[in-house]
Amino acid sequence: MILAAATNQSLAETSNVLIYSAMAVYTLAFLAHIAEWTFGSRSRVGRTAAALTRPAAPAVTVRSQGSTAVLDKPQVVTRSAAGTRDAADGEGAAGGTEKGDLYGRIAISLTLLGFLIAAAGVATRALSVQRAPWGNMYEFSITFSTVAVGAYLVFLLTRMNVRWIGLPLVTTVLLDLGVATKWLYTDSDQLVPALDSYWLWIHVSTAIFCGAVFYVGGVGTLGYLLRDRYEVRAELGETADVLKAHLASLPPANAFVTAVRRARVPFRRFMDSTVSRLPSAASLDKFSYRINAGVFPLWTFTIVAGAIWAGDAWGRFWGWDPKEVWSFVTWIVYACYLHARATAGWKGRKAAYLALFAFATWLWNYYGVNIFITGKHSYAGV
Amino acid sequence: MSKTEEPATTTDEQAAGDHLSTAPKDDREDTAPAPAAFGIIGWTRWFWRQLTSMRVALILLFMLSLAAIPGSLIPQRSVDETKVADFFEAHETLAPLYDKVQLFDVYSSVWFSAIYILLFISLIGCIVPRTWQFVGQLRSRPPGAPGRLTRMPAYTSWRTDTSPEEVRTLALSLMKKRRFRADMAGDAVTAEKGYLREAGNLIFHIALIVLLLAFATGQLFKSEGGKLITEGGGFSNTLTQYDDFKSGSLFDRDHDLEPFSFHLDDFVGTYERSGPQRGTPRVYEAHITYSEGADGIPKKSVIEVNTPLTVGGSKVHLIGHGYAPVVTVRDPRGKVVFQGPAPLLPTDANVTSTGAIKVMDGYRDKAGKRTQLGFTAVFVPTFGGAGKGSMFSKYPGLDFPALALTAFHGSLGVDAGLPQNVYQLDTRKMKQFKNPDGSPYAKMLLPGEKMDLPGGQGSITFEKDIKEWATFQVSQQPGNMWALAGAVAAIAGLAASLFIQRRRVWIRAVRQDDGSTLVEMAGLGRSESHRLPEELGSLAATLHTQAPTSATPPPAEPPAEGARA
Ligand code: HEM
Repeated sequence: MILAAATNQSLAETSNVLIYSAMAVYTLAFLAHIAEWTFGSRSRVGRTAAALTRPAAPAVTVRSQGSTAVLDKPQVVTRSAAGTRDAADGEGAAGGTEKGDLYGRIAISLTLLGFLIAAAGVATRALSVQRAPWGNMYEFSITFSTVAVGAYLVFLLTRMNVRWIGLPLVTTVLLDLGVATKWLYTDSDQLVPALDSYWLWIHVSTAIFCGAVFYVGGVGTLGYLLRDRYEVRAELGETADVLKAHLASLPPANAFVTAVRRARVPFRRFMDSTVSRLPSAASLDKFSYRINAGVFPLWTFTIVAGAIWAGDAWGRFWGWDPKEVWSFVTWIVYACYLHARATAGWKGRKAAYLALFAFATWLWNYYGVNIFITGKHSYAGV
Repeated sequence: MSKTEEPATTTDEQAAGDHLSTAPKDDREDTAPAPAAFGIIGWTRWFWRQLTSMRVALILLFMLSLAAIPGSLIPQRSVDETKVADFFEAHETLAPLYDKVQLFDVYSSVWFSAIYILLFISLIGCIVPRTWQFVGQLRSRPPGAPGRLTRMPAYTSWRTDTSPEEVRTLALSLMKKRRFRADMAGDAVTAEKGYLREAGNLIFHIALIVLLLAFATGQLFKSEGGKLITEGGGFSNTLTQYDDFKSGSLFDRDHDLEPFSFHLDDFVGTYERSGPQRGTPRVYEAHITYSEGADGIPKKSVIEVNTPLTVGGSKVHLIGHGYAPVVTVRDPRGKVVFQGPAPLLPTDANVTSTGAIKVMDGYRDKAGKRTQLGFTAVFVPTFGGAGKGSMFSKYPGLDFPALALTAFHGSLGVDAGLPQNVYQLDTRKMKQFKNPDGSPYAKMLLPGEKMDLPGGQGSITFEKDIKEWATFQVSQQPGNMWALAGAVAAIAGLAASLFIQRRRVWIRAVRQDDGSTLVEMAGLGRSESHRLPEELGSLAATLHTQAPTSATPPPAEPPAEGARA
């Protein structure tokens, strides 16, 4: 318990400036992403079902290497599991346009810059209080979004197909930082003794990491749901033009209904153009499963570590404090999701809804429980 | 992996992937309508199958998560009884209704227990057959190669001049070297790897049962008691020494308490001086001397909020802290009738404290009559009421301590045999000392000051030495080690179950009409097998260096089934 060190006010102010600067850079990244998606849509407006389904490929692609070619390595041919849709991944936000791609690259560079600045902000905050930067919700929030962006950048680096996440990610990061600086801000200070334990490092850092990764998984699930609906529609040939014809054939209705009907066609065009550029539903499904399943053991560890800490701090390792209740709920719902994936009749959309519900409980556990419910987990100053 | 019916392919693939997991492949049987004609046994079997199906496990899990929620929104008796009492006062009609459906005791309620007990029965009913199945798989050979390898999710082939027998022998040793369980059957080598996934999954589910049992044992055999100790005071772990004590239903109060004792030497508390968190504790430590057993060697130790003292299976936690001003009470003749610390209870974060000081015996009034004295006391470590006429503290540290007293004489009522709150004065049989004008006699003292009782009835002195006290919780919960072991096993099992891929690889080598050998390799994993093609590629590349592609051109007609490289 070394609490003598005074908080360093000037470092704390540097940290605030850095966080604001990061927000500014993220805003630019956000705009660049918008430009990327816009240029991507301009190139091929109305491109729909035709691009979606692959030509009926034979189950096995036969590669002819020419009669005398000596292969240095046998080629592996893959085919998707029986019964899954054979849709190709979309072309990404830029839709194959050069301009869109350029803006996309600018956006990613800006995101990287924003990440570095935000990380410096988190680090100076930590230095200013000489402890882990997660003693209150403000610190928790800035660390959370920084880790989420970090995870995204690492995924990009490992060549996972995650570039499409850029826009939704930067949007929510801006929201998160906005809420943090506007409503959750707490002056930098030391911890109350109850929070002062090395378990804070272990338990809270893994909690933040899990949350950030679950978040990325949640975005993947949302993408999957959108894309899956789109693919089903595309298979049935329900393009925006078909919708238009269908609406035109409906009997006339009052002004409001007509206005809604009129808005549906451009909205459908917009959605189709956006969603067609996402990876295929199968890829997104697999992506979000891998993310969620990948951090689930760590989330389990986080809860166990919390229980051990509670055993030290409060003399009981599990006492159904609201935070404990909601951690338990999130854990069980994620377990439900994993079970659903292994259960016939629950794969696909139903499992995806469970995954979204699971992430919603996680969010509530973080924001809702801290703000609306009092329990032993109230932090110093929110 | 099998979702839609695609006749030939699906069955082929299904057969090849048979027993890749012990998970029930399909719940379709389980959703079949109940047998109408089976009678009791049929129904029981049907019910058992339902209960142990994945689908019902899923539903029970989901119900468990929903059922846990009300406990976070409605105050719980097990967490905070006073909040429950407040709720009863605030919601007169709702509260009894809630109470009837056990919403104040969610986690011990009938419905919550029913869900988790069913879930755990389901779990056992699921694990036992899966374990047998898995043991069976380990003892038998992986199934032989499917007829058409081209139908597998990952496939590769090439023609070589090496003889089929040699290719198979090479393949077998390659697979064994790569730590596959490999086996030759007919014209193909079958290999399988990743059994740890299934083992991990089973360990995880078994660990959940261990966790539950550990938790249940803990609840039944636990004990928990509180004790307030003033600096200089001590405690030995016997039932009579506790201020309050709770224990599980199987705890033996006479024999299960760990013999040890400790002594509070000093309590050290410092508080934030400035900033928005002024007054929040910074250092908060109880310095103690303890000895194990009936008369062990005394050892020194420090108990902090996050670091309890552990003696055998008992833990001593620091729970709270307050002040105990030391007072001296004298009778009219100046004889000391009471001297010592009087622990007072904090009422706010700045430790404004209230309580009672009771002089039970030894006091005689001016007329020489035996009576009792009682004082109500308000103590502030840092007096903040100057000029306002009220007593409140503005800082929890001892900056400007003050003690306000009013005095009573008469019967404290402690002889009535009824349990009494030591921090409250029962004034029903007491008379208050009054000022000449009839108003209650009260005085605020600074350390070292003395208050004379009206009419020369004696005095009370607020000594300069102000002691602190700390409350400790002594708890014993057997099963903690089992719970920890269960949790560690669960995490390890889970990681194995989620990160390890169970997969099969087949290598078939068949002589072609032109005398060359067609080598075909295929791989199949459980779903989500993104690394399978890479692994197959690497295996194929290795085998290919040993049995390279034939230099002679392939025959004009491609083989009827399969593919050329
Ligand atoms: C006590 C509540 C339970 C929890 C928290 C739980 C949790 C989990 C988790 C997290 C997994 C994921 C591991 C994986 O995907 O490989 C899993 C898999 C599995 N669980 Fe449970 N489970 C519970 C009860 C049950 C019950 C009652 C059954 C049987 C009816 C069951 C059968 C299975 C099976 C067969 C798998 C493997 C699925 C696969 O191989 O993909 N579980 N469980």
